[in-house]
Amino acid sequence: MGIELLGGRILAPYFGSSIHIWGSIITIFMLSLSFGYLAGGKLSTQNASLTKYGSIFIAAGIAILPIALSSEWIMESIFLTIEDSRYGSLLASMALFFIPTIILGMLSPYSVRLLVKDKNESGKVAGVLYFVSTLGSALGTIITSFYFVLMFDINTIIISFSLTLVLLGIMAIFLNKFSNQSKIYQTPQVGTQAHG
Amino acid sequence: MVKIKFISLVGLLIGFIVSFSTNINATIIHSERSLYRNIIVEDKAELRCLKFNVKHRKSNQSCFFKNNPQKLVFNYTKLLFSSLLLIDQPKRILIVGLGGGTMSNTLHQLFPDVAIDNVEIDPAVISVARQYFNFIENDSIHSQVQDGRIFVKRAILKKKKYDWIILDAFNGDYIPEHLMTKEFLQEVKQLLSANGVLASNTFSVSDLYNHESATYHAVFGDFYNVRNTTNTNRIILTSQQGLPSPDKMALRAAALADKLSPFGINITDVLKSITSTGQLQDWPDDTRLLTDQYSPANLLNQK
Repeated sequence: MGIELLGGRILAPYFGSSIHIWGSIITIFMLSLSFGYLAGGKLSTQNASLTKYGSIFIAAGIAILPIALSSEWIMESIFLTIEDSRYGSLLASMALFFIPTIILGMLSPYSVRLLVKDKNESGKVAGVLYFVSTLGSALGTIITSFYFVLMFDINTIIISFSLTLVLLGIMAIFLNKFSNQSKIYQTPQVGTQAHG
Repeated sequence: MVKIKFISLVGLLIGFIVSFSTNINATIIHSERSLYRNIIVEDKAELRCLKFNVKHRKSNQSCFFKNNPQKLVFNYTKLLFSSLLLIDQPKRILIVGLGGGTMSNTLHQLFPDVAIDNVEIDPAVISVARQYFNFIENDSIHSQVQDGRIFVKRAILKKKKYDWIILDAFNGDYIPEHLMTKEFLQEVKQLLSANGVLASNTFSVSDLYNHESATYHAVFGDFYNVRNTTNTNRIILTSQQGLPSPDKMALRAAALADKLSPFGINITDVLKSITSTGQLQDWPDDTRLLTDQYSPANLLNQK
């Protein structure tokens, strides 16, 4: 959600701040989240492990980096080819946010797979997971839009998000190594918040 | 619960009475909700005004005297003519933010030969200007529905140049933040002809004032502030060529005085409202610039 909000800022210099900018951004986020849920669910059926879970975090962290590092030339070339700022902003949102949001979307179903131990508990686990992830989204939204934009450059915020994701991924992988050694399985509570 | 309801009812009543008594002679002749705002056209005695948001006191966007449409109502529109003290004979003019089209009409009457491009983000504002404010369009006066930033970027690609750019896209309620950054001002600078002038009508107060000043200074060097004591807004006046000497401006003022007086503009008074940042820099040197990366203009304006 933090990234989604910054999306409006990132696109404004090339595509303006009209209502269709938000239309483009929200469309692309919803579209890629839907694909992400599907892909994450599918992936969770193949030897799900904390190591793979951590790798998704790291992949997401890397995938959002181009938003900070290459957005200028991506947006400029789209601006030059497409005159209509509706389709320009849609394509730019696609280029910048589609892949990272798919990867972030994969985390939700994968978390369900890792946390559910018992069929009877599955609804409860899913409930807690939605709770944590949606609450995280709400916090990410308010902190980014009220405070971060007053303190930091957009790129600084994006890179911090990226580092946080990578760090969480590394933690999950280490947690896996540690629990394999001690043969005690630990649940990755901390990871689910990164969805915000 | 009952008590709360009662109190809010009383509050509502008082609100009604207050708003009724202050607008006693005003008739709303048109109102609509556009994509961006509520637009209201109001007649009050001899004035017709375009308003954007009823609840806010400083909501007037554009007004004209129905019996004397030529005469300008607002002080800030008059102050915008300070630009003419920096440039002789502008040929191509760009206005970002149409309002009622008053500025475009006045410029057309003053200089019938100039080409004027008006850019306005809200199509409803353009049709209201046409219908209720006699907004003039012809072969040399055009209006385009577009975000100002996009228009400027596309105009650079088309290698357009303007002698006078008027940036009037801000109002007291909301600032389009991407029209106040260093990158945007650099784009506007590219669009100015060799002796081109930029006049921005802005409303920044508190913290934003410093950020805005520092950003203009970083792009254009020293600039003129044009303002009177009664209003919170100021005109930031900058030039591609650097600022002319006071003597030169006084000469231009003398030459223009008769031409501008039918519009209610006293150019000698306008001249007196100009101060240079070269003489008085009223913001700290280490003020952070507004950029596309950092542009919380609306948040800074309310602190």
